[in-house]
Amino acid sequence: MKQPFEKVVEQHGGTVLRVCRVILGVHDAEDAWSETFLAAMRAYPGLPDDANAEAWLVTIAHRKAIDVLRARKRQPAPVGKMPEAPTDLGVPGAGDGDLWQAVGALPEKQRQAVAYHYVAGLAYAEIAGILGGSTDAARRAAADGIKNLRKNYPGAATEGTPS
Amino acid sequence: MNISPDHFASPADPDTLSRLRHRLGLTAEAEGLLDVAYTTIDSPVGTLLLAATPKGLVRVAYDTEDHDRVLSTLSQRLSPRVLRAPRRLDAAARELDEYFGRQRRAFDLPLDLSLSSGFRQLVQRHLPEIGYGQTRTYRQVAELVGNPKAVRAVGTACAANPLPVVVPCHRVLRADGTPGGYVGGPDAKKALLSLEAAA
Repeated sequence: MKQPFEKVVEQHGGTVLRVCRVILGVHDAEDAWSETFLAAMRAYPGLPDDANAEAWLVTIAHRKAIDVLRARKRQPAPVGKMPEAPTDLGVPGAGDGDLWQAVGALPEKQRQAVAYHYVAGLAYAEIAGILGGSTDAARRAAADGIKNLRKNYPGAATEGTPS
Repeated sequence: MNISPDHFASPADPDTLSRLRHRLGLTAEAEGLLDVAYTTIDSPVGTLLLAATPKGLVRVAYDTEDHDRVLSTLSQRLSPRVLRAPRRLDAAARELDEYFGRQRRAFDLPLDLSLSSGFRQLVQRHLPEIGYGQTRTYRQVAELVGNPKAVRAVGTACAANPLPVVVPCHRVLRADGTPGGYVGGPDAKKALLSLEAAA
């Protein structure tokens, strides 16, 4: 049985916001969130009852984020400000600026794989379905992303599990 | 390093999300996607859930009916495009406030009766003819709708009223003058009757 759309927003709104933030940075994340849930609401009556709603939403968010990234590339970056400047990525009040800088510096595929696996909790097979390519490639992209984060995010040294 | 979703959470998230959800409700309405809008209001007979389609008020539900279950039913029977979006319910909320404050004796709201059909809907259409502060027996209502033998069916139609308070099934009593059953429970029925009697 299909639950009211309000419940879908309630259950997955936070995750989709965090995913959008990792992919796009704080600045564009809110617009991507709005576009994602509007498109989802439009398509919701046709979603099979047993579908994984979170994977479905992340797939939509992925497409909306690509639209935003494409639009960004078409527009010349404002003088003196790179599109991936840290100010676009920091979460106000989160106190984790270094992590955001490190995530923002990842290549697009790695950032997507990290977002979909570590933030949305999707399986690599599902991520492969979203990114295209094999399950192994998705797993590799996430592993490489984490490796790069560990290298570039100073907090990793103190917060990580003991080695 | 263990990367967890918490790393990407922000203390501002609850505020951001409530702002985004509010905006979603407005955009969905503007795009014609908001098939069912709902809100909840406080009242002397407990929290009431109000839901409306673009046609009009479609459901008023008591707390005792379990609002989550009511929303699931609306999702199944009308459309799963259901959002908490209070704006469409502004007029209904205001009129109910006035009613409970004894400032209003009749409701002037577009109603969507699509949750009931046939004889039940016929009965529900006639119920507003029982004026404020008045009561009728189930038998009298059966006569009113032109089917004097359908006393039990009138009882069922009242019990299945999707719009209690607004469609005044609380004004229908047993022949012996006792209140009879009520979707919001006997106390709610008595409360409404005494509210109207005192005015």
